[in-house]
Amino acid sequence: MRRARSITWLALPVALVLAAAGCGSGGDTNSAGSGGESGTVSIYGTEPKATLLPANTTELGGNKAVSALYVGLLAYRPEDAKPYNLMADSIKTSDAKVFDITIKKGWKFHDGSEVKAKNYVDAWNYGAYAPNAQQAASFFENIQGYADVNPPKEGDKPTAQTMSGLKVLGDYEFQVTLNAPFSVFQTKLGFSAFYPLPDAFFKDPKGFADKPIGNGPMKFVSRTPNADIKLTRFDDYQGENKVHFKDLDIKIYSSQEAAYSDLLAGNLDFMEALPPNAKVADKYKADLGDHVLTTHLLGISTIAIPYYVPGYNNLDLRKAISLAIDRDKITKTVLNGSYVPADGWISSGIEGYQPDVCGEWCKFDPAKAKDYFQKSGFTGKLTIASNADGGRKEPLEAACASIAQTLGVSCEFVPSTNFGAFRQLADSHQFTGMSRMDWSADYPSIEDFLTPIYRTGGSSNDSLYSNPEFDKLLAQADATADKDAAIKIYQQAHALLAKDLPSVPVWDEKGIGGFSKNLKAAKLNFQRQAEISEFRL
Amino acid sequence: MTEPSELQLSEAPPGGLTRQGSLWGDAWRELRRKPRFVISAAIILVVLLMAVVPSLFTSVDPNFADLDHSRALPSGDAWFGYDLQGRNLFARTVYGTRASLIVGVTSALLTVLIGSVIGIVAGYYGKWLDSLLSRFGDIFAGMPFVLGAIVILTTLNAPTSNPSQTRIIVQVVLSIAVLSWPVAMRIMRSATLVAKQLDYVKAARGLGASPFRIIFRHLLPNTLAPVMVYATIAVGAFIGAEATLAFLGIGLRPPVVSWGVMISDSSNYVRTVPHMLLFPAAFVTITVLAFVMLGDAVRDALDPKSR
Amino acid sequence: MGRYILRRFLQLIPVFFGTTFIIYTLVWAIPTDPFAGKCGQRPCPASYIEVMRAKFNLGDPLIVQYFKYLGRLLTGDFGETFAGLSVGKLISTAYPVTVRLALIAVLIEAVIGIGAGVLTGLRNKGFLDNLVLVSTLFLISLPVFVTGFVLQIVLGVQWHLISPTVSRAATFGELIVPGFVLGSLSMAYVARLTRTSIAENRHADFVRTAIAKGQPTKRVVGIHLLRNSVIPVLTLLGTDLGALMGGAIVTEGVFNINGIGGQIFRGIQDKEGVLVTGIVTLLVLVYLLASLLVDLLYAVLDPRIRYD
Repeated sequence: MRRARSITWLALPVALVLAAAGCGSGGDTNSAGSGGESGTVSIYGTEPKATLLPANTTELGGNKAVSALYVGLLAYRPEDAKPYNLMADSIKTSDAKVFDITIKKGWKFHDGSEVKAKNYVDAWNYGAYAPNAQQAASFFENIQGYADVNPPKEGDKPTAQTMSGLKVLGDYEFQVTLNAPFSVFQTKLGFSAFYPLPDAFFKDPKGFADKPIGNGPMKFVSRTPNADIKLTRFDDYQGENKVHFKDLDIKIYSSQEAAYSDLLAGNLDFMEALPPNAKVADKYKADLGDHVLTTHLLGISTIAIPYYVPGYNNLDLRKAISLAIDRDKITKTVLNGSYVPADGWISSGIEGYQPDVCGEWCKFDPAKAKDYFQKSGFTGKLTIASNADGGRKEPLEAACASIAQTLGVSCEFVPSTNFGAFRQLADSHQFTGMSRMDWSADYPSIEDFLTPIYRTGGSSNDSLYSNPEFDKLLAQADATADKDAAIKIYQQAHALLAKDLPSVPVWDEKGIGGFSKNLKAAKLNFQRQAEISEFRL
Repeated sequence: MTEPSELQLSEAPPGGLTRQGSLWGDAWRELRRKPRFVISAAIILVVLLMAVVPSLFTSVDPNFADLDHSRALPSGDAWFGYDLQGRNLFARTVYGTRASLIVGVTSALLTVLIGSVIGIVAGYYGKWLDSLLSRFGDIFAGMPFVLGAIVILTTLNAPTSNPSQTRIIVQVVLSIAVLSWPVAMRIMRSATLVAKQLDYVKAARGLGASPFRIIFRHLLPNTLAPVMVYATIAVGAFIGAEATLAFLGIGLRPPVVSWGVMISDSSNYVRTVPHMLLFPAAFVTITVLAFVMLGDAVRDALDPKSR
Repeated sequence: MGRYILRRFLQLIPVFFGTTFIIYTLVWAIPTDPFAGKCGQRPCPASYIEVMRAKFNLGDPLIVQYFKYLGRLLTGDFGETFAGLSVGKLISTAYPVTVRLALIAVLIEAVIGIGAGVLTGLRNKGFLDNLVLVSTLFLISLPVFVTGFVLQIVLGVQWHLISPTVSRAATFGELIVPGFVLGSLSMAYVARLTRTSIAENRHADFVRTAIAKGQPTKRVVGIHLLRNSVIPVLTLLGTDLGALMGGAIVTEGVFNINGIGGQIFRGIQDKEGVLVTGIVTLLVLVYLLASLLVDLLYAVLDPRIRYD
């Protein structure tokens, strides 16, 4: 019932000190023990779906711990997502195919051993090797020899244990050779799958999973499944993104609503996203005051129109649907201004973004929509499929209603019980109508918005879109070593999408998070995560 | 007695055999005079009318969405206001009656029917048959309702299928009944165990009456009352259960409108748009109350002791 | 008596096998792919799926899978989840929490339900009777998640009387409000049952005799009436304990309680057959033991009942 009394006692002196200093905010100091560098910060978390290994973490829940426990060669600046060298001393290439990488000396794993070049090479080889069953294995696919350690055909046995494209050149230097030139590879190196692993891991992988040892700003303390993951500051950390508190408590919640209640009551310090309940009518602004955080997320929401569904491979129908969605009104009402209308297929925060690529097709125009619908000759029912949880349902229902009422056709929202069931339909190409396609970038590059979703055979090309011209441009851009020149070609490819409308861009999310009164400052980054080095107690 | 009667809701009426005709006739005469009965019957009639001809109450399409009205408060135009999608809540509540009533009433009937038959058989025949049926019931009763419903509903509907409205309603009703019958069974079994020991039943058995006749003529009238109490409350509980299933994403789904669907739609907006919850919840409560009051009145009227 | 208990215990064995088999088959019969959506927005690599399928014997026929599972279970090994966590450990941390929650729910349900039932059963129909009827029915007709959200927001966020969520320790004090929410569903039923029971027993011969003997009203109500009327209610409460433990899925979600309800829900969503079977089998066993206990208690309270 009542709050734990001991904590109230602990908070009392703090409150007195604050009052004496004349800056008493009168807040509900509940979870922060003592402030400053020695305090605890608790953040919202979800139960990791896999072991806390870099190459085995593909979702936010596990990533919160992994990105605090480990660091890689590169990191991204929270404000503009630009990559900068963190553990890398230099990354050199002349042809975007062979990369010479040197790492900084004197960096340590949490067990005291030094981080060396071979820790990177071993970790990447481990991640890619098929029998190790790492979820992010495919991130290594550009490296030469990947097909030997992880054959593309199911059932084939790997013919090698290590990738031929990785060579250790010294304690602090190694070389990476790719299958083919890939200009974005360097940017990709900041992704969590590319973090190093200590020698201790290779001695006892199973035991390591229970008590991971990383090289990041925080070290592992304990984990209780479905309850919390506790980390504490690693004082030997050499990076510039050191943390300014002692303990990090990742509290596991089964719903955002429950977590938000805790945030308001001061039992939780940080949430990177807010539940729909808080966003309606800008409730969160009243609740949190100046403790609201906004950021630009690198994501984009589209409605995919699969090419395999009979009757949907029809450009006029695609145009009609896109013209019939009142993006402006839906983002303002149902989405409560936490999204803005999308005007293209890449997020507006990314380098290489151009406004209005979608052009006239993404502007609500009922008359034109009806014309195109007439021309399409489509008869029958339109549907939009998605998982219904997590506030996914409401905007799509509204989009469906907008389409239905503009075109005079019936449109139904088809819910899947959960994300897994929804992805199963996507992966096996079994949608019977349109579907939600929300994409958030794994690494900040325009390439990550195009290749996976729209390239022929792309890993998430669920709609089976294929345009040889588009593929050719992507291949050309990949092989262009000069970054700016490459972006120009990616932009040409992006512009092509407006001709085919493989999917209908709908909205672009503004990230909204919040932090409790226990914290003085916090920052939300483009990956929808707390920038833990920015927490101030 | 060989086994304890688990739920002994009523002592047997001491009056013994009463002629059926006069019993029901008396009951009816008595009921007509009771305000509780009249009020509850009136409410149920109105609700039934809503379910059968909703267009009598509103001319607005319950699925028509106009975002300009999103979250608008109750007003002269729309008595119950509008929901997030700008749909008229009054129209939705009226149109939602049908699905809610169908789910609530048919699952209660089915539950009581399955439970009573198994319960009376278990109670009357006893011995190994009783043990078998009781333990079988225990498996279903021990299985959490939500778990069972999730398993049944997701097994029946592969993610690739897009089942029709009727199919989903039938499935929801069936899963509720399949998971709830053990309660009705236990009540019926206990009542039967008690009634079996009554003198007139023993007498009837001694006279060589067929089990069928004993069960229907003598046991059933005495065991119906406790099951009835359960059934009337169950109607309400099942309408609520339908909402929980919709909330979990496995129950009724749009374009079907039901009170449960409306309540689950409101779940994310309780703090900011309370009228989305208020009206469907009020309708559920009033309907449930009416059913319970009706059940109460009928039971009292059928029970000669209370006269 | 002893033979009766022994018989009931022996009956647990087939029920155990029946339940594990039914649950195991049902969970794996759910036509979803456990590895869809596991790797975020991209499909999982083929190598990952292949290794996991081999590890969990998913290539075998269902019946073979079941016996392999059963074989390990009988040696006390509950298996592992897809994320590599020990199911035994998960159950042992979550179970006590849910047991506490269900106990509190039953207690609250009993106190409020029986209290209200006695009060209304003793008096005739009137204002109080209607009030109790309406308020308990109001609770029953509201889905659990609504009652939970409203109490959480009002008591936790607005009035600061409770912490909105339950901490990891999940002490009895913290669980009172969630327990109330959980118990609210059956409260109406307990109240109605008590009321019916009392109303009927008021006219029973033993009560009339007691009154005729000139015993004070308090004694008649306390000893004769209550004791006899409470028996059926007790049965309901006993069996409800088991049902509440499994029914806590939504309540646990709202208050973020780390109990078995949430584990079951996530388990079904992720198709963690091993986890779900382990938990549900234990639930059914608890349920059976609770109903056995109730039957024995019954005999203690009602001397007319004999076991042979």
